[in-house]
Amino acid sequence: MSSTVQPRGATKIALSVHSWLVYIFFFAPIFVLIVFSFSDGRNVGRWGGFTLEWYQGFFDHNQIQSAVWVSIRVALLSTVISVVLGTLAALALERFKFRGRQVFDALLYLPIIIPDVTMAVMMLLFFSEFFELLDAWFNLDWQKGFGSITISHIAFNISFVSVVVRARLAGMSEVLEEAALDLYATRWKTFRYVTFPQIMPGVAAGALLALTESLDDVVVTQFAAGPGATTLPVFVFGLIRRGVTPLVNATSVLMLTASVFLVALSLAFQQFSGRGGRSLLRGGREAVSTPNNQMKKEIYQ
Amino acid sequence: MTMVTVRPEEQEAAAAATPEYEKAASRAASRRGLLLALPAYAYLVLFFAVPLGIVMIYSFATRNRFGGTDLSGWNLEAYRKLGDPIVRDILFRSLWLAILTTLICLVVSYPFAYFMATRGPVVRNVMLIFVMIPFWTNFLVRNYAWRVLLGNDGLFTNISEAIGLGERELLFTTSAVMIGLVYGSLPFMVLPLYASIERIDLSLIEASRDLYASGFQTLRRILFPLSMPGVIAGSILVFVPSLGAYVTPEILGGAKTTLLGSYIVTQFLTARNWPVGASLSFVLMAVMLVATVVYFRTGGRNL
Amino acid sequence: MKSQKLFWPFCVLLAFALVAAACGNDDDDGGEIADCEVNQTDGNLNIFNWAEYIDEEQLAEFSEEFDVSVTMDVYDSNEAMQSIVGAGNSGYDLIVPSDYMVSILIAGESVQPLNTDAIPNIANISSDFQNLIYDPTGAYSVPYQWGTTGIAVDTEVLGTDFPRSWGLIFDPALADQHSGSISLLNDPRETIGAALMYLGYSLNSTDEDELQEATDLVAESRDRLAAFDTDSADEFLTTGETVIAHGYSGDMFTQFQETEEPSRYVYFVPEEGGTRWIDTMTIPFDAGSPCTAHTFINWLLTPEQGAALSNWNSYSTPNAAAFDGLNEELQDFLSTPGVAPLELLEEIYDTGDFEVNFSDAFIEAKG
Repeated sequence: MSSTVQPRGATKIALSVHSWLVYIFFFAPIFVLIVFSFSDGRNVGRWGGFTLEWYQGFFDHNQIQSAVWVSIRVALLSTVISVVLGTLAALALERFKFRGRQVFDALLYLPIIIPDVTMAVMMLLFFSEFFELLDAWFNLDWQKGFGSITISHIAFNISFVSVVVRARLAGMSEVLEEAALDLYATRWKTFRYVTFPQIMPGVAAGALLALTESLDDVVVTQFAAGPGATTLPVFVFGLIRRGVTPLVNATSVLMLTASVFLVALSLAFQQFSGRGGRSLLRGGREAVSTPNNQMKKEIYQ
Repeated sequence: MTMVTVRPEEQEAAAAATPEYEKAASRAASRRGLLLALPAYAYLVLFFAVPLGIVMIYSFATRNRFGGTDLSGWNLEAYRKLGDPIVRDILFRSLWLAILTTLICLVVSYPFAYFMATRGPVVRNVMLIFVMIPFWTNFLVRNYAWRVLLGNDGLFTNISEAIGLGERELLFTTSAVMIGLVYGSLPFMVLPLYASIERIDLSLIEASRDLYASGFQTLRRILFPLSMPGVIAGSILVFVPSLGAYVTPEILGGAKTTLLGSYIVTQFLTARNWPVGASLSFVLMAVMLVATVVYFRTGGRNL
Repeated sequence: MKSQKLFWPFCVLLAFALVAAACGNDDDDGGEIADCEVNQTDGNLNIFNWAEYIDEEQLAEFSEEFDVSVTMDVYDSNEAMQSIVGAGNSGYDLIVPSDYMVSILIAGESVQPLNTDAIPNIANISSDFQNLIYDPTGAYSVPYQWGTTGIAVDTEVLGTDFPRSWGLIFDPALADQHSGSISLLNDPRETIGAALMYLGYSLNSTDEDELQEATDLVAESRDRLAAFDTDSADEFLTTGETVIAHGYSGDMFTQFQETEEPSRYVYFVPEEGGTRWIDTMTIPFDAGSPCTAHTFINWLLTPEQGAALSNWNSYSTPNAAAFDGLNEELQDFLSTPGVAPLELLEEIYDTGDFEVNFSDAFIEAKG
């Protein structure tokens, strides 16, 4: 990318100041949250002196640990599946005309539009009736739990992923793909080396969105859950009545630290392993304008 | 990924020469499209459309004396209740708040996403991740943290006192609710905006500037129209959840006015009146769906 | 395209088929009394409870003593719990609904009658917990913990000589000076109920005119409020956000103990009356291990376990035999005049169709 198209002078300064302000806005409550994780007292609103007991508490509290673990597993699994399904759906809708397209288009928006509670109630009714039937007809004694939570999360995350990927695909030129096909690349290779790198930022953004949605969801999860499958947000919501304690802050801080660590590690790994076309969040423009050798070779072979 | 790469002029020629070829190609395309869509399609039919059908059935049922739902005696009573002036007031109040939230998010996010999209790949990755990191903490404790910031001994009260505005407390006001909603939905605007701005060929901006367009003209005529898909996607992702929000208004606003989200929750979980909750959801979804489709179509035409 | 138009009707039809098929298969095993012996176990125990209501250690103790594994999940409202358990296939063996919810669960056939022969320790329950309106014969529920709903004030602001009345919130002459520093519960039955009691009516009134009067009263008080808040009312009081707070006895007690000077705050049930709430133990109709659940109930009703429960969660115990085992602060608080004046207390019960009026009235009052 040539540097001349980047904002310059006063614009650049203004934009960069703005970005810093946005980050301050983003992190101000996080700062408060971190400070109160060290507060000696049950309140998250009143400072009670320094302590590490809440961190100790996390490691002594089986329920919260299992809740964190369930949350992470649900979030990762539902994100991976919904990214695949959502991206395919976005491609189909942006690039093809097919029977049932309009219905699919509408169906894909509904999970975003539906109020939380309504979706929660509907999943509850669905699972309890579905499992009852399975039991009556096939003698399958299935229980609500990890599986039903993940199924519900995928159901709303497909839509979030596809909306973001479609925003990326919409109006994206098809010239490169046509060129690849004209040059006898197979459809798979065209997708793998031309389309995919171009939509990658959209896919990554969609994945981040899905991950966040899944980690934040309370009501749908609560209604789709079964014994022993409580996620962190559901657990924390339960705490509200007795007052949320800094234990939750400490848990959040630990999760935050772990994710920052993982992100740093993966960035370092990307740096270390060179600038291949595989960089997770890299834009398609560079990937396409500086194709690496392997890619060239495979496309043109 | 267009597998049928038939350019218009070719298409015409082909159509004139061999109509069978064109038909076959479009059939093949239709088949491929359906095939790509099928996994998500089937999934959503089974795990979304059918459950939704169940709630639809409930919306025509009756609440029984004990707050259960009797699946008999079908009627439109629940839908009739939505004509209540109180529901109308709640709807307008919520719409207003959601629109304002969306606009603020757009104005704040756009320059941010643009700046992010014009950084080098590494900086860009780091910036993007740091947008998301705050949101991997628990939703509820984030809101509680805002309560501390906006409360009577919080940062904002101290700042307003220091700059001579007197002791102004934001907690339990509509402004507090706005701040909470904007905070909670900002990443949902930033991500799609980033994904679509990053795609734009920035040499177009250079060309525009070379042709003596002002910065504002370039933004209005080139950048903004090209990023329209992101603007639309972001607006929907912010607007819809803001309209249904109920936790943030209760924690930061003190639940002193009823918004649509909490009204629906109340119907399901306090009054245990599932038919009314369900019918309200359906009306809301129908309106939103039409609005979304219209918004997308007009947005698409502006491209 | 024709097939597209048929999509939604098709889905609804499918849903209908599912509902109908599942309804036809209702092999309700509720209504039957479980055939259990004292201390018999028939599988692992899944408890659905309020958060922070029982110590994990105590559960582990039960698990060890009876050699079953115990899992506990938590909920944040009676109604959410009822939806989940009532839908069937919830997988839980023991739930902890509050008073009015017990009658709803009984009416909806979502809980099964208890086998009192398997719960001999039921004799430890104080006589104040018999003939309860939500479960008159006590056939379905056993009290777990209880408390009252009233007002807590900051004596640093109000002094010690204040009227012990709902007027502190609803009477402009008393309340206006504390405008912006008052909180009411965000709960239709409790808050409209408080207004009803201030007006001299019953908490469970189903008279439309009385309800309207109470609604108007709450609406007039709205501008004096900092917030309608159920979950943080106690915390707002001790952080100085409010000086008069409508709240639950146990929450207030726990919160007072958190401060450096617990005696600065006073909790009382107003002279016009207050709510007595009772959380209970009941067994869902489709519980997988009903006998283990009976055994757990019986075990928790022993004096030692009852005291341990209260000492951990700071709520009052209905277990008369456990009272002596409570710690000193809790005993002092509970015996303070005004904290639990049984003669002033009334339970909230389900008013059936009128519940909708309460909920609508509360929304109307909030504006």
